[in-house]
Amino acid sequence: MSPRKFDFVLTIGGEAGQGIATPGDILAKIFIRRGLHLSTYNAYQSLIRGGHIFLFMRVSDQKVYTHGDKMDMMLCLNQDTMDRHLERMLPGSTVIYNADTIEPGPERDGVQMIGLPISDLTQSRNKLIQNTVAIGAVLAMLDVEFSILESSLTERFQKYGDEVVEENVRVAKAGYDYANEKFEPYSQPLPATSKPLAFWSGNDAIAMGGASAGVKFYSAYPMSPATGVLHWMAMNARDLGIMVRQVEDEIGVANMTIGAAHAGARAMCATSGGGFALMTEAIGAAGIMEIPTVFIDVQRGGPSTGLPTKTEQADLWQALGASQGDFEKLIVAPVSAIDAFNTIPEIFNLVDKYQCPGMVLSDLLISEGHYSVDPDDLDMHPVIDRGALITEPAEANGYKRYEDTPSGISPRAIAGLEGYVHVVATDEHDEDSTLISDEFTDPLIRRKMVEKRHRKMSTVLDDVPAPVLEGPKDADVTLIGWGSTYGVIHEAIEILVERGITANHLSVKWIIPFHTEAITEIVNSARKTIVVENNHSGQFYRYMRSETGLSVDGHIRKYDGEPFAPLHIVEGVIEHLGTETDVYVPDEALRA
Amino acid sequence: MATTVDVAERDPLPQLTAKDYKSDITPDWCPGCGDFGVLNSLQRACAELGLRPHEIVTVSGIGCASNFPGYFNAYGMHTLHGRALAVATGLKMANHELNVIVTTGDGDGYGIGGNHFTHTARKNVDLTYLVMNNQIYGLTTGQVSPTSREGMKTKSTPFGNVETPLNPLTSAIMNGATYVARGYSGDVRQLAQLVKGAIEHRGFSLIDIFSPCVTYNKDNDHPFFKQRVKKLEDDGHDESDWKAACERAMEWGDTIYTGLFYQKTGVPTLDDREPVLKKGGPLATRKTGLSEDQVKKIIGRMM
Ligand SMILES: Cc1ncc(C[n+]2csc(CCOP(=O)(O)OP(=O)(O)O)c2C)c(N)n1
Ligand code: SF4
Ligand SMILES: [Mg+2]
Repeated sequence: MSPRKFDFVLTIGGEAGQGIATPGDILAKIFIRRGLHLSTYNAYQSLIRGGHIFLFMRVSDQKVYTHGDKMDMMLCLNQDTMDRHLERMLPGSTVIYNADTIEPGPERDGVQMIGLPISDLTQSRNKLIQNTVAIGAVLAMLDVEFSILESSLTERFQKYGDEVVEENVRVAKAGYDYANEKFEPYSQPLPATSKPLAFWSGNDAIAMGGASAGVKFYSAYPMSPATGVLHWMAMNARDLGIMVRQVEDEIGVANMTIGAAHAGARAMCATSGGGFALMTEAIGAAGIMEIPTVFIDVQRGGPSTGLPTKTEQADLWQALGASQGDFEKLIVAPVSAIDAFNTIPEIFNLVDKYQCPGMVLSDLLISEGHYSVDPDDLDMHPVIDRGALITEPAEANGYKRYEDTPSGISPRAIAGLEGYVHVVATDEHDEDSTLISDEFTDPLIRRKMVEKRHRKMSTVLDDVPAPVLEGPKDADVTLIGWGSTYGVIHEAIEILVERGITANHLSVKWIIPFHTEAITEIVNSARKTIVVENNHSGQFYRYMRSETGLSVDGHIRKYDGEPFAPLHIVEGVIEHLGTETDVYVPDEALRA
Repeated sequence: MATTVDVAERDPLPQLTAKDYKSDITPDWCPGCGDFGVLNSLQRACAELGLRPHEIVTVSGIGCASNFPGYFNAYGMHTLHGRALAVATGLKMANHELNVIVTTGDGDGYGIGGNHFTHTARKNVDLTYLVMNNQIYGLTTGQVSPTSREGMKTKSTPFGNVETPLNPLTSAIMNGATYVARGYSGDVRQLAQLVKGAIEHRGFSLIDIFSPCVTYNKDNDHPFFKQRVKKLEDDGHDESDWKAACERAMEWGDTIYTGLFYQKTGVPTLDDREPVLKKGGPLATRKTGLSEDQVKKIIGRMM
């Protein structure tokens, strides 16, 4: 990868209701259409009172994996944003604010303060109009031709009529001209490449992964941060022939999904930790009935209602322990939005092959983050393999749904076919579905059925790629992460290299099946190992230890609701290399 | 597409009889259990309608009553306690050509599954819901249920139930069910006709069935019902009149009515209302994979 020539972070801060989403969307569209890479993260900062929102938008000419550490330009929509964040602005950066309503903070060396006299510039009493003026100023500072903004505003506001479009274009121009005239532009103009990119959120990616995998039934009960999957599905369902149901509760969601899957449709559902807890009994039902179903948990801060709008990786053990008893299951933690998109078709093929429930662990960071993506990187026609599925009728043939085959996989007939009438049951049952749970309990049959179900998984490890070590083999330190920490560890390693520390990276995605051998080999040959995870108790570390028997040299953990920034990990590594730290917990405020 | 099977349209297949719906498994219900009558009634109704076993799916929860699918020769799903309606809805939505018949108990359907009962009725999902109401938790050896009478002594209410029972019929009517009936497993002839009507009805149909638990409910046994049950039609009843239906359903004394309390036809079912089912057949058997047009649309929205 060539080094980033352009790496710019814009933040927009304000309170709920000030319409931060609109300038965010308009700018994002302009950036991706110029072919720039984008990663945005909406931090609902806990340090700010009363529903305040702080949007990070990182733009680069190269791929970006996180929203970064620094701020090049900050757009303050209220006083609070100015008061809280000004002290983190570094020389060369710019702060844009409404000079009518916001007091600039104390002067900072090399920080350019752009106060926009909004009422003079707009002659309007529309409060939201300040946002449009500010967009004009931002783009002037980045040396973008005004016509681009004009067409974006037209596109955005067309549905409200010509008058609204004209007003927005007029005030945007006023902001644009004012900034051009009075202030120093940003050190680099906004670059452009020839190829426009697309823009999506992690939840869009999950939903699209389902659509491309052939999902025909999606149901959900709204719960942050998984609701975006429902919204995407609802918006696109009619075009794609997918049925979308909002159900009375997550218990209903999970069971309905199982019903649809039994009929033969690919079916999935998504929720967050609390809803996932309600689904767990059904996950076990899918296990014993051997119905392929996909359950997605978009993790947020827990326990209980916890932190509805913040991120965490603390549902791993909930997924591992979801539902009573021993049963066959798959658990995967995608490492990014595009990885989530690719993982959904993959896990569908696997649950179809192995006739078991599959769980996907995303989190708020992946799911609610918005990213640029190259449409050419999207495989919209992944392989769809339904496994041993019988879909054609036959003469009555003594079909046994749970036949004790050598592979343990019993051909599965969809309901409604002539010749294959059978019952599926959550009680333990014999090959022909006869219950053995109560009166006819038979230890031999029970043992046979447990072993049959277990045996079918004997080949699953070959079906998922083993994790590989990224970076130089002989590094000072090996950083081990799982799921969504992939991007931030990747960028932290770039910074470490600049500081003379070599690091490599073991990112684990498949939890079940777990590549014990490959992981053991990597960990054993590392000089110093540090596990990085977004939770308090080291859930992944404890799981890895239980599977491999290995321990590590140190930990970097974060559980304040915000995701890691690269510097958090960099500082943690330095601390670990210098002293005998066991668990390093970075301060959220630590950024460039 | 319709639940109703037009017998005249069929190929001349051999006429089925009730016996054709008997599975190889002998029910392990206690001798005399009311659930036998319900099993017989459904077998008769299906034979009369000429439904083939593979066109039917029975879906149950957990309980004595919920053991039903194992004893009935058709596709079956013996699911979780309280969840039969949710599973059945998913099944029906993914293949709306199936005749889905849900067979559970009072604890399963009105207690732990109460939320699904309310919402499945509201959505008018085209299901036939047979609740074997023995006013007790049978499988767990005799605890109070949501339909146990006030004062009833059970293992969990040794000094008498202090709560008021739920009325399944008025609940169903209020929640939007479009076929609401009460049967008695001691009258298989009437029950079979009610079941037949329920299967033919397009929409959510509930039949609350007195199905005595001869082992754990000594209050509501066959003699109790034999003395009290009276057919609605004997006293004249207009099943399109929901208020009259509710009044009759609330009567609980020397006379307890059975029969079809309420029916409203022509109400669109959930599958009628669902745009993706308008054409293309059952979702479950449609081809998978996106078309180029669909891909273009999706990607276009991201640019
Ligand atoms: C989640 C859950 N809770 C409790 C049980 C135990 N359980 C099994 S059946 C049953 C009650 C059954 O009563 P009912 O539905 O009226 O059926 P009956 O046995 O009377 O026919 C209970 C409480 C269970 N299987 N699952
Ligand atoms: S316990 Fe009651 S409900 Fe259960 S089988 Fe026996 S009689 Fe029937
Ligand atoms: Mg009961």
